[in-house]
Amino acid sequence: MTAPTVRVQEAPFDLSAESAALTAGRKDVGAVASFVGLCRADDGLSALVLEHYPGMTERAIAAIAAEACARWPLTGCTVVHRVGRLRPGDPIVLVLTASPHRAAALESCAFLIDWLKTGAPFWKREEFGGGRGERWVEAKAEDDAAAARWATARTAGGSGAA
Amino acid sequence: MQVLYFAWVRQKVGVAAEEVSPPPEVSDVAGLVRWLSGRSPGHAAAFENPRAVRAAVNQEFAAPDHPVAANDEVAFFPPVTGG
Repeated sequence: MTAPTVRVQEAPFDLSAESAALTAGRKDVGAVASFVGLCRADDGLSALVLEHYPGMTERAIAAIAAEACARWPLTGCTVVHRVGRLRPGDPIVLVLTASPHRAAALESCAFLIDWLKTGAPFWKREEFGGGRGERWVEAKAEDDAAAARWATARTAGGSGAA
Repeated sequence: MQVLYFAWVRQKVGVAAEEVSPPPEVSDVAGLVRWLSGRSPGHAAAFENPRAVRAAVNQEFAAPDHPVAANDEVAFFPPVTGG
């Protein structure tokens, strides 16, 4: 297992380069799963401004990544989350997981993004064009439910810690 | 004690961070919220509904009964909305 890669940055990320870095020089990786979250133009949104808590955010993501590595047999994982002002269509977050087998890669990728949404300190502010102002995005009950399903879910090929 | 504010909590309080010296009877997160609420109308507005605000002590999520001490870094923010 290679140590998880965790970054919070304003700059865009390169899915191909991050994926190549996860598998470079290895012959034990049978599957890489990826999730990319993008900024939607809901309700005429013109920009999304993402704020984080420098220090705590990285620590929280690293703890979630460590939990994924404890539950599934991963050879590595990568989480890159952007902050700052993003436009509709812009990528926001990248999650990559690598494992010998697909089930572990797919499940751990879903786990990481579900837990990230409820367990890592980020806040989104929506800006609207035409003088319609701005609003902070409110936490959603369905995100809590999505995170909670992993509290008891059986995991593929993992240690079954929970 | 260093206190940090994020998102709409920061906007209501009016500052991103402040150094405070609460009295000794302020021993936990809930007590700190009550004490901070008396510092300005902005603080009072930010903590008007304490259940809408989450806290971290030394960069770990903390419940209202989590202890706070002089050298702690305490942060207040809305429920998180990343991803």
